[in-house]
Amino acid sequence: MKKGNWLKGFVLTMTASLVLAGCGGNNNNEAGGSASPAAPASSESSSSAPASSPAAAGGDTVKVGILHSLSGTMSISEVTVKNSELMAIKEINAKGGVLGKQIEAVVEDGASDWPTFAEKARKLLSEDKVATVFGGWTSSSRKAMLPVFEELNGLLWYPVQYEGLESSPNIFYTGATTNQQIIPSVDFLLEKGKKKVFLLGSDYVFPRTANKIIKAQLAAKGGETVAEEYTPLGHTDYTTIIAKIKEAKPDVVYNTLNGDSNVAFFKQLKDAGITSADLMTISVSVAEEEVKGIGPEYLTGHLVAWDYYQTTDTPENKIFVENFKKEYGAESVTSDPMEAGYVAVYLWAAAAEKAGSFEVDKVKEAAKGIEFNAPEGKVTIDGDNQHIYKTVRIGEIKADGQIVELWNSGGPVKPDPYLTTYDWAKGLSDQ
Amino acid sequence: MEIWVSQFFNGLSVSSILLLIALGLAITFGLMKVINMSHGEFIMIGAYGAYMTQQIFKSTLPKSLFDAYFPVAILVSFVIAFAIGYLLEVTLIRFLYGRPLDSLLATWGVGLMLQQLARSIFGAPNVAVSSPSWLDGGLTVFSGVVLPYKRLFIIALVALCLFAMYLYIYRSNAGRRMRAVMQNREMAACLGISTRRVDSFTFAIGSGIAGIAGCALTLIGPIGPSIGTYYIVDAFMVVVLGGVGKLVGTVAGALGIGVFNTLFEWWTDASLGKVLVFLCIVAFLQWKPMGMFAVRTRSLD
Repeated sequence: MKKGNWLKGFVLTMTASLVLAGCGGNNNNEAGGSASPAAPASSESSSSAPASSPAAAGGDTVKVGILHSLSGTMSISEVTVKNSELMAIKEINAKGGVLGKQIEAVVEDGASDWPTFAEKARKLLSEDKVATVFGGWTSSSRKAMLPVFEELNGLLWYPVQYEGLESSPNIFYTGATTNQQIIPSVDFLLEKGKKKVFLLGSDYVFPRTANKIIKAQLAAKGGETVAEEYTPLGHTDYTTIIAKIKEAKPDVVYNTLNGDSNVAFFKQLKDAGITSADLMTISVSVAEEEVKGIGPEYLTGHLVAWDYYQTTDTPENKIFVENFKKEYGAESVTSDPMEAGYVAVYLWAAAAEKAGSFEVDKVKEAAKGIEFNAPEGKVTIDGDNQHIYKTVRIGEIKADGQIVELWNSGGPVKPDPYLTTYDWAKGLSDQ
Repeated sequence: MEIWVSQFFNGLSVSSILLLIALGLAITFGLMKVINMSHGEFIMIGAYGAYMTQQIFKSTLPKSLFDAYFPVAILVSFVIAFAIGYLLEVTLIRFLYGRPLDSLLATWGVGLMLQQLARSIFGAPNVAVSSPSWLDGGLTVFSGVVLPYKRLFIIALVALCLFAMYLYIYRSNAGRRMRAVMQNREMAACLGISTRRVDSFTFAIGSGIAGIAGCALTLIGPIGPSIGTYYIVDAFMVVVLGGVGKLVGTVAGALGIGVFNTLFEWWTDASLGKVLVFLCIVAFLQWKPMGMFAVRTRSLD
């Protein structure tokens, strides 16, 4: 008997700890970390750090770090971003490199684990002496790397849309902040007369912060939040949530679910007999790659909000998609975070060329105002906050898995990570 | 009213899924006392089995036959998971009987290896499985209540698996030998039963059933390298709550957790609902440490 009890207790504690581990899970899209914005470090603090001497004197090469999760849950998303960054490096090398040097990529695996991200970032900066690092996906991974980059005065290019409310002097953000994705999409919904909104998200920082912003916006503009539901990361049963949606009768479901939960949610929504004609959903973490994994038949007619789609009609994008398929197979698709990673490499190269040096402080200074004709259209680095001007696009998912643009902002939108230009957002950023 | 009908059905449906993912574990952990942390990965293997079957059907057979792929996929998933389970038992598990801690660590490692193997073979991103068209849509009971065919199918599949397992364990010679070995290894060996063969076969059957679960779950959930991690905790909870070593306990455990989880989630939210279920389980195990259906034993420990 005793032995049996012991085994029981043991298994129970194991499962309990697993459950808890699941709650703090790292299978999130751009998640976690603390909600409080990192206080913008004053410029003194970063310049007082010894300027690292980048670019291991390899004569004709310059080292850059690529730091993404190549294993673990996040590899679902991050491997593809690594691919597009490597492609950009290859293209630049083919054109003669940066400042006459060939770029040499040092690829590291963050293993979907935040401490590992911090550790590998330190290794890249202090051992490999890389000139810059491209990497991260989850906010947790970014927030884990941030102190390392500030301490060693390194330079990180972060390619994923995120919850905003941050601006580190050592990070360039090439993904969308909230006013380049979420806020315009809510305006779009209100314009279409979809006033009753059901908020559904995964239970961690990004969705909660996003929903806080959406609720404030709806309250200020005559919309209504009919319900706000969160499910743990990796949640796979949405029957009860769907019953609640039926009960609440919203005009639209604003979906900030992340990762695998999207597959379960959309499959079960269709099973419950609800199509996009009956109830519209709009998602901010479902791009072409995710559509492929969910199955387009479950998503047809639903909306998404991003700054780039594979179908985005620019001459640069035609070449980008063509090259990507050549490099990674005809079956592969391109998506917003991949494009942002690709753009980051080009922006860094342009900044280094302009600075005539790989030194972090000089590159940062030179980066201000740099323009680039990206696949998504023209992007410009905003010197005030190191984010970039991006064009916002709302799209509809089609049966072939591609996303067709329904609306765009008509031109690049200035990034506003702290939402200072919105009256209704006062007080959101100071918590 | 209609909400209650559909919520009742949802509870039943969640229970059936829990039971499906826990059945295999009821054998490998419940009967064999191996803390099998790679159980989730066998579910994943089943899911990829379904994916491979679908791809083969798509590329080699005419479109008209596509809908027939799912029954084949169930079989394929079972066979692949069974084979890998057999291999694992022969190479690793058999050295770890009676050492729960070591078996936990070793199988955890195996789970991680299998995940990474799936990544190398199928790539990191999720893959899509199209469900057969005969499972699209649902049964409209009355207006506002739709019972999806997929969920009805899963309930039927679970019932079938249970019945087959019951026949095997309690009504067949092989099952009798298995129970004999699990209850008293030395005595069974004295009577001429090859305990080694029974061990590997039992473990393989448990793994195979996990494969079937994975195949069925492709209808309603994601298919990716790490999906095993989503199901492992629930599977252990069902088995521990139900009571180790009894099939009927696993059924009761799944029903209890599924129904209460659905209710709690309806009243609160998903995270809190899960916490409440967990608290209930802990409280219940304080009262009945051996779970709902303890096996009566004559051992004096």
